[in-house]
Amino acid sequence: MMTAETLVEISDLNFSYDTRAILNGVNMTMKRGQVIAIMGGSGSGKTTLLKLIGGEVTPSSGYVKVSGQIIHELNRDALFAMRRKMGMLFQFGALFTDLSVFDNVAFQMREHSDLPESMIRDLVLMKLHAVGLRGAHRLMPAQLSGGMSRRVALARSIALDPMLMMFDEPFTGLDPISLSVIGSLIRRLTDALEMTSVIVTHDVQESLSIVDYVYFIADGVIAAHGTPEEVKVSKAPFVHQFVHGETDGPVPFHYPAQTYLKDLQLEKTVA
Amino acid sequence: MPKRIIAGIQKIGHRTIEGIRRLGHATLFFLLVLLKSGTSLQRFNLVVRELYYVGVLSLIIIVVSGLFVGMVLGLQGYETLQKYGSESAVGTLVALSLVRELGPVVAALLFASRAGSAITAEIGLMKATEQLSAMGMMAVDPVARVVAPRFWAGVISMPLLAAIFSVMGVFGGYLVAVVFIGVDAGSFWSQMQSNVDFRIDILNGFIKSCFFGVAVTAIAVFEGYDSPPTAEGVSGATTRTVVTSSLAILGLDFILTAFMFRGL
Repeated sequence: MMTAETLVEISDLNFSYDTRAILNGVNMTMKRGQVIAIMGGSGSGKTTLLKLIGGEVTPSSGYVKVSGQIIHELNRDALFAMRRKMGMLFQFGALFTDLSVFDNVAFQMREHSDLPESMIRDLVLMKLHAVGLRGAHRLMPAQLSGGMSRRVALARSIALDPMLMMFDEPFTGLDPISLSVIGSLIRRLTDALEMTSVIVTHDVQESLSIVDYVYFIADGVIAAHGTPEEVKVSKAPFVHQFVHGETDGPVPFHYPAQTYLKDLQLEKTVA
Repeated sequence: MPKRIIAGIQKIGHRTIEGIRRLGHATLFFLLVLLKSGTSLQRFNLVVRELYYVGVLSLIIIVVSGLFVGMVLGLQGYETLQKYGSESAVGTLVALSLVRELGPVVAALLFASRAGSAITAEIGLMKATEQLSAMGMMAVDPVARVVAPRFWAGVISMPLLAAIFSVMGVFGGYLVAVVFIGVDAGSFWSQMQSNVDFRIDILNGFIKSCFFGVAVTAIAVFEGYDSPPTAEGVSGATTRTVVTSSLAILGLDFILTAFMFRGL
């Protein structure tokens, strides 16, 4: 059921690459103003889920509804109109390397609006100020550290004040300071711009401290979900293993293989 | 043994089908680029920016190579022609070889390795670093915004570079034949003027270089856009751009020459 405050509704979503099933009947609701974390091991289909929300790929069945519209049924123009209301932060920022920091942030404003250059300048500096990098607007992406790149990319993705922000592994490869900075920026910007943020991550500690709701994905289905408080005390084996980073549990350490003895060609002697 | 033979035949079949599939894919992509060229033509500053990278930065190699090719033509031409006492025709020889063949072909080969490879590597790396996906998520079509301006910049640059190549070649021939060897300047230029026809020679050379420009740039943008998003994928695509476009240039040159000068 679509309620007034639900922004994203995912219903019975299935997706497969060729014959390999990635998602098997995922259901989620994301409310306005919330920060939602989607967690799961590597290769569990988290990033694919973001691609489905952004309309980059089409589901095999089921649907993703964003503010009442089914994404995969939109035509190209409508999809592009929808994407203007979305922002996406890619794992390593994906800044345009041939443009300066300023031009990167100004990119969408110049492409999608007829604003005069003086106003674009003010807006860009405001966005960069929000991520603390106003002083870096003349630099080129190659001159930035990993954390700075991601903050610039964040400023770029909120350039048009999106209603939905998606973050693909925003914490990967950052030092503890940059990591906290990005984390608190996500929380503060979500509240200030009244948007909805979806974070795909496997950084448990940082994300549990800033999010409102958590979904765990394993083997293409939602293994568990709840508020951070519920998740922290959860007794569900998968959640417990994931939150506490244990090697032993329902997620196996070994990739599926034939028996160890057989691989080492020792089976005959043992038999 | 028959199993091996069958496997071999299967392999050939598989490669053939794959090659044809890629050709079809490339053709569709080419049409898509043409279809989405509206933005480039409306916002011509996007093309101008690429013209600098694709065209202006290729000038040095074109100018220097043109000069040397012309100088070699002057030397070789003079050596042969003087045996028949017609060394004053060296101007005609240099100019005709350049505007008909060497100008368009050699300039295109140099253009493929200088600019074509750069276009492929740039687009391939933009893809590998998710810049193209990011652009798509910002509701900006990467084919219209990234690919089409580069394509048109290449198409516009190629005939201009070929013309500059020919001019520099003629100048190189003049330097060797007239300045160094001492062929009469008057007969050098007047024979050239009376024997080089604007429509048959210069215009046909121009048409050739336009074809080469389209071929090289279309191959370069396709290989970049289609490259697997890995270091290995981008390097493979860059190599393929140079190899495929060099072969395309030589193949096209034969076909165009057959039509233009033999009237087939």
